[in-house]
Amino acid sequence: MDEKLARKLRILADAAKYDASCASSGAPKRKAGADGLGSTTGAGICHAYTPDGRCVSLLKILLTNYCLFDCAYCVNRRSSNVARARFSVEEVVTLTVEFYKRNYIEGLFLSSGIIRSPDYTMEMLTRVAKKLRREHGFRGYIHLKSIPEASPWLIEEAGLYADRLSINLELPTEESLTRLAPEKDGAAIEGAMGQIGERIAQAKEEKRRFSPAGQSTQVIVGADSTTDEALIRKSALLYGSYGLKRVYYSAFSPIPDASSALPPQAPPLRREHRLYQADWLIRYYEFSPDDVANAADGGMFALDIDPKLAWALKNRHHFPVDVNRADRTMLLRVPGLGARAVDAIVKARRHGRLRLDDVARLTSGLKRARPFLIAEDFRPTTLTDRLDLRAKLAEPAEQLSLF
Amino acid sequence: MPGPHRQGPASSAETGARIGIHVATLAPGADMPGFRAAARRLIAANVPPEAIVWQTEALSLFGTESAPNEAPPLALPRPVTDLIPMVVPHRDPERYGLLYALIWRVLHGERALMEVASDPLVHRLHRMRKGIARDLHKMHAFLRFRRVPNEPERYVAWFEPDHHILEAAAPFFVDRFRNLRWSILTPEGSAHWDGALSFGPPGRREDAPEGDGFEAGWRDYYESTFNPARLNLDAMRAEMPRKYWRNMPETAAIPALVRAAGARAQAMIEKAPTMPEKRDPVRAVERMARDEPESLEALNAVIARSEPLVPGATQAVLGEGPLGATIAFVGEQPGDQEDRQGRPFVGPAGQLLSRALAEAGIERSDAYLTNAVKHFKFTLRGKRRIHEKPTAGEVSHYRWWLDRELDFVAPKLVVALGATAVLALTGKPVPITRARGPAEFGRPFGGFITVHPSYLLRLPDEAKEEAYHAFVADLRRVRDLAA
Repeated sequence: MDEKLARKLRILADAAKYDASCASSGAPKRKAGADGLGSTTGAGICHAYTPDGRCVSLLKILLTNYCLFDCAYCVNRRSSNVARARFSVEEVVTLTVEFYKRNYIEGLFLSSGIIRSPDYTMEMLTRVAKKLRREHGFRGYIHLKSIPEASPWLIEEAGLYADRLSINLELPTEESLTRLAPEKDGAAIEGAMGQIGERIAQAKEEKRRFSPAGQSTQVIVGADSTTDEALIRKSALLYGSYGLKRVYYSAFSPIPDASSALPPQAPPLRREHRLYQADWLIRYYEFSPDDVANAADGGMFALDIDPKLAWALKNRHHFPVDVNRADRTMLLRVPGLGARAVDAIVKARRHGRLRLDDVARLTSGLKRARPFLIAEDFRPTTLTDRLDLRAKLAEPAEQLSLF
Repeated sequence: MPGPHRQGPASSAETGARIGIHVATLAPGADMPGFRAAARRLIAANVPPEAIVWQTEALSLFGTESAPNEAPPLALPRPVTDLIPMVVPHRDPERYGLLYALIWRVLHGERALMEVASDPLVHRLHRMRKGIARDLHKMHAFLRFRRVPNEPERYVAWFEPDHHILEAAAPFFVDRFRNLRWSILTPEGSAHWDGALSFGPPGRREDAPEGDGFEAGWRDYYESTFNPARLNLDAMRAEMPRKYWRNMPETAAIPALVRAAGARAQAMIEKAPTMPEKRDPVRAVERMARDEPESLEALNAVIARSEPLVPGATQAVLGEGPLGATIAFVGEQPGDQEDRQGRPFVGPAGQLLSRALAEAGIERSDAYLTNAVKHFKFTLRGKRRIHEKPTAGEVSHYRWWLDRELDFVAPKLVVALGATAVLALTGKPVPITRARGPAEFGRPFGGFITVHPSYLLRLPDEAKEEAYHAFVADLRRVRDLAA
């Protein structure tokens, strides 16, 4: 690989890394054609992990980090003094194919700064995907960042080649958008999400291909004053209205050459983690947005306990729950019991009453679950009422480890 | 590698109960056929799990012993037969014994045993299965191919799995790298693909190339995608344990990345905001905001460039007629003739429309004529291209263009010819028979719904005339409404 291309790669990977999404999941299972390259597995594969603990699944790069927009939180805003570069369509295709052949990646996640115009930029992104599919018979994963300001027919075309389309909301309120991302338009963003959502549903029904792995979005946490509760309510709305697969929460991170419009200190990473947990409660644990809001204090989730535990501590009258009798919905509320453990419990108890040892074999979270459940040979007696229960179950404030 | 299997003493199966201990000997590695045969035979002879010693032994290539008579297959529930091949590759020497114990219990009154995930045996087998799944997953994820230098394109990888999974892991690589030639070498065996999959003897690390021209670039990528402000080593090591690192070229970058992370993050936080060095691109930003096609001509250029959503059409068929036309007619999609000539309403239905317009007193050349869908969709029957109705998704795909087109033409009245046009204009499927007549499309122009002229062509002769007159009557109302 020549040095010029390597230099571009360094700049344009660095510029892309603030997008939290790297998932290669959700695509229908595909195999390479007789003379083609690439497959998708459904669940996705992480090909490496960097020391920030994040998965490297797709080649996540920008086509260019030149940008006409001036979003305060973004490392690539036009007023930033970072080094700039631009890939040609051919260069991105080459990098993707060569990395893929060596089994470094699952595919490509391509985004871009806005150059010339949203339409021009969107056309370039789609051109890469089309070239990979058509000229290289590439059946690996392609995630395209869509540009909501681009003409709607360009999004129509992008969906034909991409496995996933995403549009980043970034800021959850119109007020923050106006202040921090003046060129962005909240209505255009949600309009495009609506378009993509509708087209994905239609294509599924008509058995055609349009962004088969769905659409996702990202919101930045901590760049404005939006509370956790407001973020989760917004997400619930997005899941409901546009059929989003995922909302990514990205704790605003210090960036080189940051704007003065941003808070100087990044939010704790654990805040991001709590938001993901709350998001899961809504998607997989039958919690309503109100339930989740109930787990928060002043709109914010505690950092030292997870939101499910927080809800249980506030609603102790629902506990303890009998693992041999309670319905699935209630078992899902027990801290420490994951959805899979709950399903295993429901299956196993058909064949005999479960003792605490049995439950221990079905979940790795028994320590947290114990005070909240009843088994054949176990009752937590007064444990549920203890005032120091929270302190006993809280996580240490910060986990750092030396290398 | 699985190989021929034997079980000894071979003749003891029937007399097992008397002799006491049975020795089942399987090939080293994941001997699926051997285990299957042994389990069948032992179950047939009613040998309980505690009376069997399972052992593995490499068989000589020229082993003379042939398998004794096959015992009948075992009828086992699906969850059990799914589990077995996922446990057999485990390196735990007890795996066969545990699986046999499961089979025994399932066949002796506990058919639903697999549902009892809390049972210690089931629990242990589940954990073994998980171990195999993880090992497979990590092999699919962390294996790195290197291109063999000075040869036609060929790739070789060296990998050290925890369990005997080479055969189970190989199909993934076949599905993925079908058009490449490659080999995977492991300490237990090797897999090779050159259009056909074969397995061979163990390899050595030195048999794989020492490097690859793209590894430096890959390491660059790995370093650049790392965010020093989010150091989290526990998370990294949990998913990518150290034992894998030596065969992954990018991990050489880890120590330096970790050492520098704190200082890099601190520097970013402490650095005061800077003033932009470059001039603000005011004009470019302003130009960018005017991205939309600014004329019907510009929009038509975009449509003409587009590819058909369903492959086949010769060209996009654009709308036709004067800007500012009082009446715009929206049809369904171009037909065979329209597709060849590149003009709307020139086929049989178009000719019928022309006739009806003339009778209703509407000058065709004064009206604007277009279609909801811009490309001809058809199925080939012999040499004939038979029109196929566009789906709702296809109509939506093209809808943006129709909307913009009508904005530019700005007619006083838009006439939807047929159900597809109504769907395109309203976004909802509406039955024509009920909605026929003046309509509201939620747009700044008036609306009218009538049938598509092709409908008239399809009617039986005796109904044609009446329907045609009704159509002309509709068009007269259109003329009056637009006046």
